[in-house]
Amino acid sequence: MIIGETPPPSGAFGVDAIAMTMRFGDFLALDNVELKVRPGSFHALLGENGAGKSTLVKCIMGYYHATEGDILVGGREQAISNPKDAHALGLGMVYQHFTLVPAMTVAENLVLARDDVPAVVNWPKEMKELEVFLARMPFKVPLGARVSDISAGERQKCEILKQLYLKRRFLILDEPTSVLTPAEADEVLGMLRDMVVKGELTILMITHKFREVMAFADDVTILRRGKLAGAGKVSELTPDAMARTMIGAEELTVQPPRTGEAGKARLELAKIRALDDAGAIAVHDVSLTVRAGEIVGIAGVSGNGQRQLVEVLAGQREAESGEIRVAGDPYHASREEMRRHRMSLLPEEPLKNACVGGMSVADNIAFREFDRQPFASAGWWLNRSAFRDDAKKKIGQYKIKTRTPEMPISALSGGNVQRAVLARELAGDVEVLIAANPCFGLDFAAVAQIHAEIMAARNRGAAVLLVSEDLDELLELSDRLVVMFHGEFVYEARTSEADLTVVGRHMAGH
Amino acid sequence: MTTETADSAAAVGTVAPAADPGFLQRHGSTIEYVLIPGAAVVGALAVFGVFVMLFGKNPLDLYFYMYQGAFGTWFSWQNTLTRAAPLILTALCTALPAQLGMVIIGGEGALLMGALSATSAALALQGLPPLVIQIAMVCAGVIGGGLWIMLSGALRQYRGVNETISSLLLVYIALAILNHLVEGAMRDPASLNKPSTREIGAANMIGTIPGTDVHWGLVFGLIAAIAAYILIYHTVFGFAARVAGGNIRAAKIVGLGVTKLILTICFLAGGAAGLAGMVEVAAVQGRTNANLAAGYGFTGILVAFLARQNPLAIIPVAILLGGISASGGLLQRRLGLPDASVLVLQGIIFVFVLASDALYGRIGFLKGKS
Repeated sequence: MIIGETPPPSGAFGVDAIAMTMRFGDFLALDNVELKVRPGSFHALLGENGAGKSTLVKCIMGYYHATEGDILVGGREQAISNPKDAHALGLGMVYQHFTLVPAMTVAENLVLARDDVPAVVNWPKEMKELEVFLARMPFKVPLGARVSDISAGERQKCEILKQLYLKRRFLILDEPTSVLTPAEADEVLGMLRDMVVKGELTILMITHKFREVMAFADDVTILRRGKLAGAGKVSELTPDAMARTMIGAEELTVQPPRTGEAGKARLELAKIRALDDAGAIAVHDVSLTVRAGEIVGIAGVSGNGQRQLVEVLAGQREAESGEIRVAGDPYHASREEMRRHRMSLLPEEPLKNACVGGMSVADNIAFREFDRQPFASAGWWLNRSAFRDDAKKKIGQYKIKTRTPEMPISALSGGNVQRAVLARELAGDVEVLIAANPCFGLDFAAVAQIHAEIMAARNRGAAVLLVSEDLDELLELSDRLVVMFHGEFVYEARTSEADLTVVGRHMAGH
Repeated sequence: MTTETADSAAAVGTVAPAADPGFLQRHGSTIEYVLIPGAAVVGALAVFGVFVMLFGKNPLDLYFYMYQGAFGTWFSWQNTLTRAAPLILTALCTALPAQLGMVIIGGEGALLMGALSATSAALALQGLPPLVIQIAMVCAGVIGGGLWIMLSGALRQYRGVNETISSLLLVYIALAILNHLVEGAMRDPASLNKPSTREIGAANMIGTIPGTDVHWGLVFGLIAAIAAYILIYHTVFGFAARVAGGNIRAAKIVGLGVTKLILTICFLAGGAAGLAGMVEVAAVQGRTNANLAAGYGFTGILVAFLARQNPLAIIPVAILLGGISASGGLLQRRLGLPDASVLVLQGIIFVFVLASDALYGRIGFLKGKS
């Protein structure tokens, strides 16, 4: 139920969260956190994974009920017991992942989102109203187009438009630009910024991109391990200061310097063609050579065939045509070939792609070696103590935070799941490493550790193929950069000579 | 939301170690595996009691006679165990593929094909020593049933056919083949009312465990269930199967040969049901005819689900379900209930077990505090 009055009928309003404490059992997710978002401001919420950002906004949106603390909307205390209450107050949230129905048009998606969709929709009337609404908006989206046919940038605009169409005037954006090119991100955030300046909207954005904070936000609140670590005006802060506040005193793994020259060709792709799940061509006859001691980065906005390409290399998808050679031998992603060529794979979303959630951390770490000594006696009998001993060693070595090796791996945080996969994949001498968005959603410590491991593998002479949506990561690590667009490699350059604007243009397909 | 809770769980381990969560919490999931199916059976019995009241009978009488008919006397125990034997084997036909994430419900078809193969082997080898014939029957039964379910696995792997549907439809094909043969090529001219094959011969029957009326099929079942448990939890093959069953994408990324796993597991599963068919021929019927389609294959599905697909848990569950079916006769005699009432009970249990699946991990007092 809503206590007190609803906020003013139009214009921006602020939201304050006062002394928020959220407990999950023994775990303190939020500890006396304060967040003040001024009306008509663009507020950034910074923090590492697990710092409590999502918990805080979920409390504001009514998904969680804070153990202690109050939410003030427009200066009045409100008891928000579920997301519906939050919506009624004019609070809206845009998620990291899309919530549109791909098979429906933009207009249908907008009307569908309303609470009061009539049993029979009078489309001519709705379309007229939508056009009037759209004329007032800074974004333009094709109302009649199917969502599946429009670009990621346009979809993100639709998500935001949907919130505005539903008359939400306080928007919470959860890492809204993670699927956009830098140019698209700037466009969307810039338009939102204009609406904020006009006083129509207040924005609270969860992000980890300092560039966006510096360019668009007025204020920033930084959380660390569930506590308020700092807050202030962006104009008075530097990215370095914010990063230090986020990480605290934690030591980061130091990345080894780039040493050695590229050697012989180790991984060769020749005219690989692969389909996506719907049967459309996702990878269009691409060819590429990765040499020993070299990191080749593949840049591109998500959904341009990178995933399907990695799946082919990982054995998760059959190539329609083309050939893969590793060290000159044909490669079909069999266990024997992966072993012979010492191949390692760090796929994106490791829990979904490289682990069995219900099996233990120790079991998951043993996936590559369980059928050999010392894990298997005589090739068939599992030797449980070997699993445990090996896991204990690697848990220490790779700083995997788990209570015991017997915990199901799904109970670990994203960073620790990725560390466990890292421990499994990088344990031996790696000759070919294929990594796809290996740091997606991870905290600084995990990212630094993974980057250091990748660079170290390169320096030891491994051929590394790094597919990433994070351009900064690619610029930092790769020797050579390739841009993938609509399933083709459209641009290639030495990273040291790559021009960022040219790369960005190719990512957008120009 | 899931990452948040995962974070919290991991953080508890590192930042603030939780106090010992206590017996209930530590063994929460194990207790759940006993408590929830147990509650499902009790709930089903209660609903069945209401069903029986509609016939004007006292449900308390019902429960008493069910106990009597299933476990009350040495005689009823033997009856129960005799019925449990094929159930253990047909349950493995569902439980083994379940480790790979497949739902195979065609144990009945594999049982029939196993019975037909075993009978054919026995009839073809007439005159050889009984032990040779018995061993040949076991092999033929396992191969016949195994290939039948492997066909389902192959259809899924190579043609993308859903294995649940194909294994079910293959039951009817197996039944048709069986009827075709016993009414045609393999028919014993002397079987007038009920077309059957010729008898395999009394000397070639596998007989009963000394001191009991329970046939050796029970021992086959126990050995198969224990072997299946060891295979799944203690061998390299079982580990690979659990990886592939848990997450096929993870299995592929470490290069496991998923097709081989699927075909092998399907063969073993069908082989278990085929062995049940062989047991029914060699210990009970002595020949193949339509009597073999007595529903053991379908009840086996229920056993496997009630046992949460755990090969060891299948043993007690099969005995429980064997008991329920053994009590059918007594219910008919003492309460005048139709013979098929126990099938009604089985159906109710199945519905309860499937519905109870939603309860795992949601029982408050068993949850860990993090």
